Amino acid sequence: MSVSSKILQKSESFYNAYERKQGGDPISTHYCPGCGHGIVHKLIAEALDDFGVQDKGILISPVGCSVFAYYYFDVGNIQAAHGRAPAVGTGYSRANPDSIVICYQGDGDLAAIGANEIIQAANRGEKMTVIFVNNAIYGMTGGQMAPTTLIAQRTTTTPLGRNAENEGYPLRMSEIISTLEAPVYVARTKISDTKSINATRKAIRKAIKAQVDGRGFSFVEILSACPTGWKMSPRESEVWIEEIMAKYFNPGIYKDTIDTRQPKIQQKLIVDPKDYHELLDISTASLSSLEGVLPVPPVQEMIEEIKIAGFGGQGVLSLGYVMANIAMGHNYEVSWLPSYGPEMRGGTANCSVKVSHKRIGAPVVAHPTTLIALNKPSMAKFENEITSNGIIIYDNSLIDTAPQRKDVQVYAVPATELADKIGSTKSANMVMLGAYAALRGYLDTAYIEWAIPQIIKKKKLQELNIQAFKTGMEHIKELLKKCVN
Amino acid sequence: MSKVLIKGNEAVVRGAILAGCRNYFGYPITPASEIAETAALYFPRVGGGFLQAESEIGAINMVYGAAAAGVRVMTASSSPGISLKMEGISYIAGAELPCVIIDIMRGGPGLGNIAPEQGDYNQIVKGGGHGNYKLIVLAPNSAQEMSDLTMLAFELADKYRNPAVVLADGYIGQMMEPVKFPQPVTSFPEKDWALKATRETRDNLVTSIDLDPDLLEKHNEKLQKKYAIIEENEVRFEEYRLDDAEIILMAFGIVSRLVQGAVDELRALGIKVGMLRPITLFPFPKKQIQEYAAKSSVKYFHIFEMNNGQMLDDVRLVLNGSKPVKFYGRMGGNVHSVKEIIEQVMKEMREL
Ligand code: SF4
Repeated sequence: MSVSSKILQKSESFYNAYERKQGGDPISTHYCPGCGHGIVHKLIAEALDDFGVQDKGILISPVGCSVFAYYYFDVGNIQAAHGRAPAVGTGYSRANPDSIVICYQGDGDLAAIGANEIIQAANRGEKMTVIFVNNAIYGMTGGQMAPTTLIAQRTTTTPLGRNAENEGYPLRMSEIISTLEAPVYVARTKISDTKSINATRKAIRKAIKAQVDGRGFSFVEILSACPTGWKMSPRESEVWIEEIMAKYFNPGIYKDTIDTRQPKIQQKLIVDPKDYHELLDISTASLSSLEGVLPVPPVQEMIEEIKIAGFGGQGVLSLGYVMANIAMGHNYEVSWLPSYGPEMRGGTANCSVKVSHKRIGAPVVAHPTTLIALNKPSMAKFENEITSNGIIIYDNSLIDTAPQRKDVQVYAVPATELADKIGSTKSANMVMLGAYAALRGYLDTAYIEWAIPQIIKKKKLQELNIQAFKTGMEHIKELLKKCVN
Repeated sequence: MSKVLIKGNEAVVRGAILAGCRNYFGYPITPASEIAETAALYFPRVGGGFLQAESEIGAINMVYGAAAAGVRVMTASSSPGISLKMEGISYIAGAELPCVIIDIMRGGPGLGNIAPEQGDYNQIVKGGGHGNYKLIVLAPNSAQEMSDLTMLAFELADKYRNPAVVLADGYIGQMMEPVKFPQPVTSFPEKDWALKATRETRDNLVTSIDLDPDLLEKHNEKLQKKYAIIEENEVRFEEYRLDDAEIILMAFGIVSRLVQGAVDELRALGIKVGMLRPITLFPFPKKQIQEYAAKSSVKYFHIFEMNNGQMLDDVRLVLNGSKPVKFYGRMGGNVHSVKEIIEQVMKEMREL
């Protein structure tokens, strides 16, 4: 059978009648006479047939003349936004790796508006084959300049011919993509005569086969005629491809590492939903799942608004987190809100913790009932915000001036110094927790000692943290004794 | 059921996985990045897929592709990133694909800042992308609802073949609260329209193009009918101390927490206020608002938002002049304080 008669035969992967095509006859395509798309379509369909993957085939059509590729391909069809076919293909292929994904794109779609999508999908080595029809012009929109339009080529938006000074140079996509690590096959072919159609058939087969064999991303660029856009006869177009286009866009195989690439084996991890809570750290992270392990005192009516502030690295956020967790374990409503983003990069960090017997409204603490200040700037920032009769606990090993407020209770706890003595300044925050618990009195000591290692899972610090907590409690008890005396 | 102290952003991911979501595609942006980070950790653990896309546009188009395959799929971003996704969202709505999009709103316009705002109401509820489409929009106000409403979003998205958005803000995303997680969803609706790369589904087509104006009009009419059904069936709202309320405060998302605090304090002063909180922004609780407006005891509505009055427009449309509407908004990432809300309520009361 001759090449031309074979390509005229209907493939299984091609509809017999184009019923999706609106108006006109369902036997001929919507492409212009002499257009390259029809031939490329048939070569793809033929390859899908030959490899027996019609049912698995997913064709993603672009925006451009081939937007209606789904009129013709008897495979699963997705129509994508302009330039986005490789992203859509990525999504599909990841969701259903047991498919054969063909992204069909034109030059405006692939090399202009979708240049990022194609580079990135290629670079990730997505399991897909991209067929890139390069006809150096925008066909569907009526002959405007494409990223692959040649220098001096006239289009409706380069009426005097493409000028490199103004529009830059035609993009050679095959060359660009072949520099990437992941793609296994990159080739450029042309369709201007029987011989070149045959070479294109070979390249398309090779690219699709690479995907069928699980080797990864393959790419075929095809120099193809657009007689309408070029304002040439089909015959003139063939000559133009040969003599002009192919001189700038050299046909050839730019990359072929198919044989050196191990097939990707898709191992699908199947997880029993019963295990989700454990895998999502829901059952393991929870204190209240251990409810009843230790008794807690009854809930009191109260609204505690705590601000904890210091340098990043002083464990400010984790102190708040531990407090909120413990209060939750005592059946209080709690919320925890960090300062975030650039605010934290200045070196200071703070968080708001609310503890209440009833549902908490705003999670932001504007006027704390308790301020725990671990450095000087924090004291300066929040001292005036605290409510009268509130409590300030501050680290006097780092803050050398005592707060000025007379309407609040002030407790100096040299947390950093005390923590350093028992082994690490990292536990200074837990010294503060001890001080807080001793002063506020609504949290159970035994419960806290049990809970700390459940919340801060770092083994190295567990003993130290409990000791630091006890040290903080002791310090306050001593202070209070002195006051009484 | 056990409680976990957890960030809203992390609750979203757990809720999504419990709802059977299998693929996540996203791009980092503050204050939504934790959703991507948490997803990167947990999706692979349960046999799902996580991919950091090259761009927001890439991410939403990957969602389009995965949704076409019939899996439960999601993405998350914050305001400027959502603006970038709008093209894809319009396509997804046009092609009637179910998916879930999380928007952790931040200050705008432009690059704005990363503090919480509610300035995306218009772009999410009213469109943003081109065409006559609607998104299902759920507005959580707690870490618990971040999980619950994400799960509900998957259910509604599948039920109506429509994208669903969880519209939250930087505060809800960042704050930690105790969350109770339900058992995982194990039965899912059949999607006979999906492309499964099988002989049986080969004839399925996912597209949003139709050159014939009459056919495209028909498609649009079908979409409008679907939206009407959603409006009929899926309205969700919260009523707080509304029984004898003379002033109805309205807020969504985080602002509703502050308003609720203000209601308690105003009630303690003997002022008859209550709060009506839309949980679904589309469908909007029109009937409920109208019912309250019809009560002679209700004097006026007072709307609080962290934007320039975007939900306010919807309330005005619903009331259609039947009751006065007052508004107080903060912008730029500032959040109302409870005190401020109380002052505003008192001020309007005096003026009326
Ligand atoms: S305009 Fe060009 S590319 Fe489009 S169908 Fe006609 S010949 Fe083919």
